[in-house]
Amino acid sequence: MIDLLAQADTAVDGLKAVGAGLGYGLAAIGPGVGIGLVVGNAITAMARQPESAGMVRTTMFLGIAFTEALALIGFVVFILLNFA
Amino acid sequence: MNQLLAAGDGGSSGGLHFPPIESLLEWPGFLFEGNTFLELNKVGVIYLFAMVAPLVIFTLAIRKSALVPRGVQTVAESSVGFVRENVVMQTMGPDGMKFMPFLLSLFFFIFFANITEVIPFIQFPANSRMAAPAFLAILVWVVFNAVGIKSQGFFSYFKNTVIPPGVPGALLPLVAVIEFVSTFLVRPFSLAVRLFANMLAGHLLLVTFAVLCENLWAKNILVSIIWAPFIVLIGLTGFEILVAFLQAFIFTILTAVYIGGALHPEH
Repeated sequence: MIDLLAQADTAVDGLKAVGAGLGYGLAAIGPGVGIGLVVGNAITAMARQPESAGMVRTTMFLGIAFTEALALIGFVVFILLNFA
Repeated sequence: MNQLLAAGDGGSSGGLHFPPIESLLEWPGFLFEGNTFLELNKVGVIYLFAMVAPLVIFTLAIRKSALVPRGVQTVAESSVGFVRENVVMQTMGPDGMKFMPFLLSLFFFIFFANITEVIPFIQFPANSRMAAPAFLAILVWVVFNAVGIKSQGFFSYFKNTVIPPGVPGALLPLVAVIEFVSTFLVRPFSLAVRLFANMLAGHLLLVTFAVLCENLWAKNILVSIIWAPFIVLIGLTGFEILVAFLQAFIFTILTAVYIGGALHPEH
């Protein structure tokens, strides 16, 4: 019985690790694509209108910050699952 | 070194010993031990440094202010100019200048608490502990709500925030709920988590490559011909300087955007 319980415990730990790894990987997909879109379009805008580069850069950082938040929440979940 | 070798040989993950996360993030107090309010550890000392360093820089810059700036005055003036041009003017316009001191101190505090990540022998970003980012985010939350209530009045501020203009009536309940949650709940949370998680991730990244380097050195001197982890570590250190600056900038600019949104409602 105790053996079984111990086994179940290890299994839960293993599943936690798998879930943490997969969770972070999945959480990084969307923001990766999103940041690519944001920066790519910002570069297009800067190349077309170099005089507006300052404003575009500020807006780009804002866009990156909002998009990145999701990936970072994924990272926090990873830390929580693994270490908390 | 011997300790590392022993641990490395006995370790389960292929002989590589990664320190437990507690030893990377939790520091014992070393001043006023046992006193609940005064006990200081490394994190607290870094925060004090982050508080004092801007004070020292600006005091020095003011004391010998010349028409043509030199030395520390250049640093102070260019950073003030940077925050004014890239944060305040871009998001709030000229009438946001009264928030300049708040934004500038926010920027400098976060930057100095971040940059200790790459300073040798300190090498710990104080913002990778949740306490200060969370406190700063709550502070920003209070400030932008107070500004909104003061400039628009309580009910019209709430109405302008929750009901964006030009939404068809059928969608209104859904949009109102989403706007409420995103403005009053998600904003402070994401502000705090963004700073905290970026610094924690950077710290762990640097630790990972430092551990790789040290293990390769310690295991066998021949293996150290493989320089890859060391080169990556140097590259990442440069990257983390950028991240430390960028996170301070992003925190400040988001604060400015939130205050600007509360100051001028969308039409």
